[in-house]
Amino acid sequence: MPYLRVLRAQVRAQTQYRASFVMDLIGSGLFTTLDVATVFVLFAVRGDLGGFGGREVLLMAALSAAAFPIADLTAGNLDRLRLYVRTGLFDTVLLRPLSALGQLVVLDFQPRRIGRVVQGLLLYGVALAVAGIAWTPGRVLLAGLAPVAGAVFFSALFVAGSTVAFWWIESGEVANAFTYGGRDFTSYPITMYGEWFRKLFAFGLGFAFVAYLPALALLGRTDPLGTPSWLHWCSPVTALLAAAGAGWLWRTGIRHYRSTGS
Amino acid sequence: MVTVRAYAALTAAGFRRFSTYRQATVAGAFANVAFGFLRTYVLLSVAGSAGELAGYDRAQLVTFVWVGQGLLAVVNAWGPLDMADRVRSGDVVADLLRPVPTLAMYLCADLGRAGFAMVTRFVTPVVVGLLAFEFSLPGHLLSYGLFAGSVLLAVVIAFSWRYMIGLSAFWLLDARGLNMMWVFLWGGGSGLYFPLPVLPGWLELTLWIGTPFPATMQAPLDIAVERGGLGHAALVLAAQIGWAAISLALCRHVQRRAWRKLVVQGG
Repeated sequence: MPYLRVLRAQVRAQTQYRASFVMDLIGSGLFTTLDVATVFVLFAVRGDLGGFGGREVLLMAALSAAAFPIADLTAGNLDRLRLYVRTGLFDTVLLRPLSALGQLVVLDFQPRRIGRVVQGLLLYGVALAVAGIAWTPGRVLLAGLAPVAGAVFFSALFVAGSTVAFWWIESGEVANAFTYGGRDFTSYPITMYGEWFRKLFAFGLGFAFVAYLPALALLGRTDPLGTPSWLHWCSPVTALLAAAGAGWLWRTGIRHYRSTGS
Repeated sequence: MVTVRAYAALTAAGFRRFSTYRQATVAGAFANVAFGFLRTYVLLSVAGSAGELAGYDRAQLVTFVWVGQGLLAVVNAWGPLDMADRVRSGDVVADLLRPVPTLAMYLCADLGRAGFAMVTRFVTPVVVGLLAFEFSLPGHLLSYGLFAGSVLLAVVIAFSWRYMIGLSAFWLLDARGLNMMWVFLWGGGSGLYFPLPVLPGWLELTLWIGTPFPATMQAPLDIAVERGGLGHAALVLAAQIGWAAISLALCRHVQRRAWRKLVVQGG
């Protein structure tokens, strides 16, 4: 597997500066803790966030904290596509007999992000344990699928966001608003947001399916916003839709790509 | 006189350099606006029916969030300097040959960058916040002057720490890890994610005294929302002046040690 070989080389290269790598690993792990701590600093003010109690808020925040780092580990480095386009390196990528997307994923693979994945999953485990869920086979399945679906959804966002670089090279931070912004958005119960903002991000762009709706399904709660309960189980479906959309955008982008030339 | 002209030219060059990144400026401002809405709704929801959060009323919270989003690019605590790369590649030698002290040269260029960010990246989110929400503007004329001074100090303090992180490459060769730690701690400790008075009193005080973080964000924001009146503003500015002096002194110290490690190859 040529991808695996590149991956191994990347891991070896990045662990060379050991002190820096260890700090990187710890630092990126701490990020997850801080994200969830931020939610709980605000939770502590009133003992409630958007009408939800501590365990429910923890489950939503932890679902987001489990899903996002997996996507960040696998697809997060796609935001470097703009560097490839600007410097012309993308020509080299296209010339190799491997898929361009696959190459980009392994070429800048950042092993330090594993710290975040581990932390996020641990937190999710704790949240599931303390949430007081009435377990059924369906809920066990959903508890396993939900972080994966969330990760696929965020990965689709990373792919879609990176494609913008084919048209607009310095677009990096626009994509950040949806990826990192999406992570923050999904960490809170969506009942907290103003109506138009919630409609646009939670349902228009589908962020409600990352943490809020699956958390409701796991907890067996009805949605104070009035969404039907079958919808709460749909996050794997929306994740696949998002992936298909991102794939289409990527192919369109590649066809549109014109080298910066020499 | 020549040096003053040199510093002015360096500052102007920093301004001009960033004014050419037009697409990036628009993209960055877009992200600031998106995060502005997100954080405003979250804080307003926490304030809830009480209409108050840790001593900030609703309009003050709105100002806190949007001015904070505007200042993010001005203070630029998350943007590493290119110092670390120059250390690794050896280009830093060229910096030492210049007739202007290296620290002053980098500071001037960064002040130029901050100036450009002030007229673009600061203005955009503040205007959006003003239009979209009930915004609290400083009532005291003096507050505007104090705010300007406070922002300048915040830029200097954040610059100093980014400079030191860059210099750390002399020892670590790769400053990414240290930068990651700084980015992580700065987000929570500066007041960007939530106003620091939300935290328990002892923790807030520890942050102010023990870390440079609040002086780079919470300080100008407290002046912008006029929390605690002019007395509080004076206290905040004093803390910032203290941190600016400490930070720059540390920069000089670390720099002296770093130059001693420098070995230029060849004859």
